[in-house]
Amino acid sequence: MRNLVYTAIAIGVGIVVLLGYFLQFDLLVNLRIVLLEWATILVATALLIGVVNLFIVHWRKSTTDQPNRVNSIALLAGLTITLGVAGWFGPTDPYSLWIFNYILIPIEASLMGILSVVLIYAGVRLLRRKPNLLSIVFITTAVVILLMTGPLFGIDIPGLAELRIWIGKVPAVAGARGILLGVSLGIIAAGLRILIGADRPYGGN
Amino acid sequence: MDSLNILGLIFVLVFFGLMIAASVVLRQREGRKLREIPAFGRLRRAIGLAVEAGSRLHISLGRGQLLSPQSAIGYVGLSILDRIARSTSISDRPPVATAGEGSLGILSQDTQQDAAKYLGVESDPMRGRITGLTPYSYAAGTLSFIQEEDIGANLLIGSFGNEVALITDAAERRDGMTLGGTDNLTGQAVLFATAQEPLIGEETYAGGAYLGAGPMHIASLYAQDILRWVLIGLIVMGAILKLFSVL
Repeated sequence: MRNLVYTAIAIGVGIVVLLGYFLQFDLLVNLRIVLLEWATILVATALLIGVVNLFIVHWRKSTTDQPNRVNSIALLAGLTITLGVAGWFGPTDPYSLWIFNYILIPIEASLMGILSVVLIYAGVRLLRRKPNLLSIVFITTAVVILLMTGPLFGIDIPGLAELRIWIGKVPAVAGARGILLGVSLGIIAAGLRILIGADRPYGGN
Repeated sequence: MDSLNILGLIFVLVFFGLMIAASVVLRQREGRKLREIPAFGRLRRAIGLAVEAGSRLHISLGRGQLLSPQSAIGYVGLSILDRIARSTSISDRPPVATAGEGSLGILSQDTQQDAAKYLGVESDPMRGRITGLTPYSYAAGTLSFIQEEDIGANLLIGSFGNEVALITDAAERRDGMTLGGTDNLTGQAVLFATAQEPLIGEETYAGGAYLGAGPMHIASLYAQDILRWVLIGLIVMGAILKLFSVL
C-alpha cells in the first residue's frame, strides 16, 4: 500500500512538471516552479547527507584496523578543518580562499596532470587491446588534432590547419550529433519509464 | 503557445504511445529478440563469476544531479544496480555502489535495501557510498575504493567527464573488468579508449532491457528504434531539400 502511494505521488508530480514545461498555463507553470523549488531543497539536503555519509565511511575505516587508514584520517582532518574554517569565517574569507587556492586547486591540478599521462597510456593500450580500424581512426584523429592544436616548433605545414578545422566541423560534429540524438532518445525513454511507474528509483520495484 | 513546445509535447506523447503499443505487442509474442551487444553478454558472465568466486561487483553511478538531464543516466545506473543486487545478494560479497552526488548516493542505498528486502536478506547501508562531491574528488575516492576492495568487475554507468580515466585505470591495475557508459561526449571518448567494454550513445540506456529489468525496458527500446529511424529520415530529407535549395 505504501509503495502504491509513493508511486502515485511520483507519477502525479512527474506529469505536472512535464506538462508545466510544455504548456504555458499559469496554474501548471506555478505548480511546476513550486515543485522544483521543493526538489532543490531536497537536493541540497541530500548534499549534506552525502557529506555525513562520506564522514561515517571514513570514520569507520579510520577507527578499525584497515589498510590505508591513514588516508581516511587525512580526509577526516581535511574535512573538519575546511568545514570549521569556512563555517566560522565564511566561504569568501581569505583563510577559506587560502585553503581553496593553495590546497584544493593544486591537488585537482595534479590529478589533471596524472590524467594526461593516463590518457596517453590508454591510447597505446587501446591499439593493443582492440587492434581494429575504429581504434586506428580514433588514435589517428586524436594525434592529428593534438599536433595541429599546439605550435609545432614554429613549423607551418600547409593544409594542416584547414584539415583540423574540417575534422572539427564535419566528422566530429556529425558523430557528436548522432550520439547526442541517441542519448536524448534514451533520456526520454528513461524519463517515461519513471513517469509510468515501470522504473521506481524511489523504491518499490 | 510556442509551437516548439507543442511539437516537443507531441514527440513525447508519440514516444509514450509507441512504448505502450510495443509492450502490448511484446506481451502477445514469445521470444523477444534484442540486438547483440557484446558488453552486456560479458557483464552477465561477470555477474555469474562474481557470485561463484566471491568477488565483489562495483557499480559507479557518477555525478548526475537529480534536477538536471544527467539524472536520467543516474536512474539507468540505479535500475542496473537493482538487477545486479537481486542477482548477487545471495553471494558472500554483495555489490557496492559509489556515487558522486548526495541524492544518487541515498537512492543507491535505498535500491540495495529494496533488493535485500525482496530476497529476505540483511542489507548494509554502507554498500551505497558517496566517495566525493566534485569530479576529481569523486574519482580519487572511487579509485582508492577499487584499490582496497577485491573487485571482480566495475560498471561505470552514470554521468562522467574525463576524470573517469582515473577510475578505469585503477580498475585495470586490479585486473577487474570495466564496462562503462555515460551521457557526456568527452566521457564517452575517454571510456572508448580506457574501458574494456565501452557503451556508446543510447547503448547505455539499454542496460535495463539486457539485464531483464522488465518488459517496459524492452518496449522503450523498440520505441527508441522506431523514432531513431524517423529522425534519420527527417535529417536525410532535410539535407536533400537543403541541397536543392528548397529549404
